[in-house]
Amino acid sequence: MSAAATRTVDTLAGDRIVRFDRAERLLHWSTAVLVLALMATGAVLYFGPLAAAVGRRGLMKDLHVWSGLLLPVPLVLTVAGRWRDGLRRDTARIGRWTADDRLWLRSRGQSLALRSGKFNAGQKLNALFLASALPVTLMTGSVMRWFGPFPDSWRTGATFVHDLAAFGIWISVTGHIAKAVSEPVAMRGMWSGWVPEAWAQRHRPRWHHDVTGR
Amino acid sequence: MVSSSDSDGDSVELGEGEVGGRRVGRRAVLGMLGLGAAGVVFGSKVQGAVDRALRPLTLKDRTGLTSYLPGNGRFRIYSVTGSSPKRTTEEYRLRVDGLVERPADLSWQQLRRDLPQTRMTKDFQCVTGWRVEDVEWAGVLVRDLLDRSGVKPGATHLRFWSFDGTYTESLTLDQARRPDVLVAHEMLGQPVTRDHGGPVRLYVAPMYGYKSLKWLDRIEVVDHLTPGYWEDMGYDVDAWIGRSNGRDGADEPVG
Repeated sequence: MSAAATRTVDTLAGDRIVRFDRAERLLHWSTAVLVLALMATGAVLYFGPLAAAVGRRGLMKDLHVWSGLLLPVPLVLTVAGRWRDGLRRDTARIGRWTADDRLWLRSRGQSLALRSGKFNAGQKLNALFLASALPVTLMTGSVMRWFGPFPDSWRTGATFVHDLAAFGIWISVTGHIAKAVSEPVAMRGMWSGWVPEAWAQRHRPRWHHDVTGR
Repeated sequence: MVSSSDSDGDSVELGEGEVGGRRVGRRAVLGMLGLGAAGVVFGSKVQGAVDRALRPLTLKDRTGLTSYLPGNGRFRIYSVTGSSPKRTTEEYRLRVDGLVERPADLSWQQLRRDLPQTRMTKDFQCVTGWRVEDVEWAGVLVRDLLDRSGVKPGATHLRFWSFDGTYTESLTLDQARRPDVLVAHEMLGQPVTRDHGGPVRLYVAPMYGYKSLKWLDRIEVVDHLTPGYWEDMGYDVDAWIGRSNGRDGADEPVG
């Protein structure tokens, strides 16, 4: 298996486990910058008092639209390039709903019998939601921006869906950041790429077992 | 190690502990995308229902926070310059000049006292999609202002100027003489607020919202068309709702 031979992600190196490869981290942080820019400019376009205080609607709209159009670019580059191994492995994990995930949901992550894989159920739901909501906002935002071919009822519908999805994205991203701040080791994993083996053993035992055989 | 093949043929190897479970990811994402697309087509009807359901709540809510729930018909504040320009009702003046017999320079009081007052309850529809139903408007018909000043022969268009220094709009004389084109000093049942374009703004009921110029400063009667701010951005000059900006009038009305 040549891929496995050159692969570093999901491997043990001393007392560290490689959690994310460079392509995944670049993808994460470039997407994060764009999403935060979209949330900030979107808030200015949406909330009356903010809109009135900041003004410059043309500039805010341009920043919002351009951030939105750039959003798929890091993903497309990652998938199109030869750097998608780590991403494919992780999306395959996120797309699977296991008995542990059901237990995680039922016990709100507290059950002692829980043996999480690389991602727990909360992370999977968050990722699945964003993977659908972000394309939905891109699609509806495009109808709002290039409204010409669409009837007014579609324009109104697109605005409605865009608002709803944006609310969900705000909740999801805010929760994601709060969890990351409350668990700095995990956040550092996305920054540096690795986590201590002891952390993996304690918090992600099923993943730890698959990587180390222990 | 167990090999698990995705439907596009690319294979991924994962540890045995992680390949279990149902593969729900693709279906979940596609389902959400479908829901989003359905929302675009049918969303305006859903929004109407949500708006009516929320209305008792928003009317009682003094904080105004519930008005930001999605689906609530509410105004988005568009300001094209740094921030909402400010002019009090005391310092406000409306100039009517250009090709007129008697140029006017009216105070806010004069506008409310010395001219026929017109009230109407009509929707506000933005070209990008958001709409607010049943907005109460009060003010003076542009027609009545024109009659007071006397339009000179040869005049064909009006040019509207905002005191934000940037926003301008245009109407033909015929459009401006319609009985649903208003210089509004009340909106939503109260004096027009600063963020909504107060103390005095234009309201052009049959056209998309960008024609309803905010912070109205001056009405100039002219003999030629000068496209306004949003027209320079590519929007249509004649902005009839459902019959411009890509639409040909064949759509069912929204609402």
